[in-house]
Amino acid sequence: MALNSLFYNIKQGFLQIFRNKGMSLASIFSILAMLLILGIFFLIAVNLNLFTEVVKQDYDQVEVFLLDEATEEQVEAITAEMEDYAGVTAVTYRSKDEALDIMKERWGESGYLLDSLGDNPLPASLLISVDTIESAQAVSEHAAEFEGVEDVQFYQETVDKLTRITNFLQIGAVVVMIFLIVVSVVVVSNTIKLTVFARAREIRIMKYVGATNWFIRGPFISEGIIIGLLAALISTGLVSLLYSRIVEGFGMQVMAIVSCPLIPLGYMAGNMLIIFIALGVSIGAWGSIISMRKFLDA
Amino acid sequence: MINFDHVTKTYRTNVGLDDVSVHINKGDFVFLVGPSGAGKSTFIKLILKEIDPDSGSITVDGKEVTKLSNREVPELRRKVGTVFQDFRLLPKKTVFENVAFAMEVLHKSRRQIRKQVPQILSLVGISDKAHKYPEELSAGEQQRVAIARAIVNNPTVLIADEPTGNLDPVTAAEIMDLLDQINLRGTTIVMVTHAKDIVDRMKKRVIAIEKGKIVRDREGIYIIDSMNAGEEVDGLE
Repeated sequence: MALNSLFYNIKQGFLQIFRNKGMSLASIFSILAMLLILGIFFLIAVNLNLFTEVVKQDYDQVEVFLLDEATEEQVEAITAEMEDYAGVTAVTYRSKDEALDIMKERWGESGYLLDSLGDNPLPASLLISVDTIESAQAVSEHAAEFEGVEDVQFYQETVDKLTRITNFLQIGAVVVMIFLIVVSVVVVSNTIKLTVFARAREIRIMKYVGATNWFIRGPFISEGIIIGLLAALISTGLVSLLYSRIVEGFGMQVMAIVSCPLIPLGYMAGNMLIIFIALGVSIGAWGSIISMRKFLDA
Repeated sequence: MINFDHVTKTYRTNVGLDDVSVHINKGDFVFLVGPSGAGKSTFIKLILKEIDPDSGSITVDGKEVTKLSNREVPELRRKVGTVFQDFRLLPKKTVFENVAFAMEVLHKSRRQIRKQVPQILSLVGISDKAHKYPEELSAGEQQRVAIARAIVNNPTVLIADEPTGNLDPVTAAEIMDLLDQINLRGTTIVMVTHAKDIVDRMKKRVIAIEKGKIVRDREGIYIIDSMNAGEEVDGLE
């Protein structure tokens, strides 16, 4: 019996969507647009988070990149000097080959891509561990003064900046989301109101023969849920397509610039689908409940 | 069965019912008569809990209607079948589907529906029209479908709001015979009507309402004071 009424509701929901194609499409597009924007925010935020994490791993270290021309004596001099410098706990040498191995490891499954590089483009470096983040600043400034040093990187600032950007992005996403959710609910509830009006007579008769409010609502909620579900599926597809194109097109460049990979789509697609479906379905259901509220109070 | 105890309902400007007390027994056949705006519709809406009274108590089948929560209203409506002047059939459903609809709403099984609907259709005398659409039927036949739909779930009370209002006298008489037959099966019937000839012929209890008050309640014929310019005219008892 429960199964019976489930099928009844789903069938009615589809019927209502077809009878009311224009507005149903408008509702689907409204939720779709919202989910697309959410999806883009989501992907950026997840990638930034990963990047921040990667950077943080190196966060109590100052990395001194060495010119390829730097002599062994120069390197030894720097090492000796820096080991005695205030706040420094250790100085480790990382050769060009080691740097490449580490990068391969970070790239994980895509690591084989690096094998095709002819010359190893990565510089050798000295990793200077510091006891506190505060001393990192002075250490990095001092290290930069040596001959044979190409560049000094010290991640504290970057981490701070990234965290700020991520936070800002998340707050922005929430604000934009709330706005878009409200808009979508209104559009959906108006769509369903049309069906409700078209079926006013039927609803009145249902009430006279003793249908419960939930029985009457069933088909309309199902209509809303189907709209939300369709929007969720389409938007997951679109965002996945877009993202896989981005990974394909820019993945290598991003890797080269920030030495952190873009997260492969496979890791996120499942979560994204679940989030989209949950949002789409609740917007649809919510919209339909709102559209019927006045009608059922009578 | 239906009990009104000092029920008052006022709308913004006019009176719906004014301190009305009345008792309708199980199995009764009662006519509710009176001029337009006298309070007949208010009476019926109160039974169905479409509206709530300002004061007083209403019981239907032993349950206090005024105290029912919104969730309990459907249960009340299942006990009270309704038939209207304009039939209120669904135009895109066949006769069978229109009646089955009332059972689907109550989650009755398909087997039960297939068994019970034909029985009811034959009771109201339109078995042969089961697969026609309402627009293919005469007014009298449409009202029979409406009656079938109202009684298919075995309500204890049937409320008929001017069921013969759109029908010619011959068809109206047929519908009255059908209602009488349903009444004989034990269903309490409350019928609102303006049709004097029908009331006179049926010889049932007549409750006359005017300006929100019950002005007469007895077996017999259709008399309302306003029709006689306030002159008291007694029945032909």
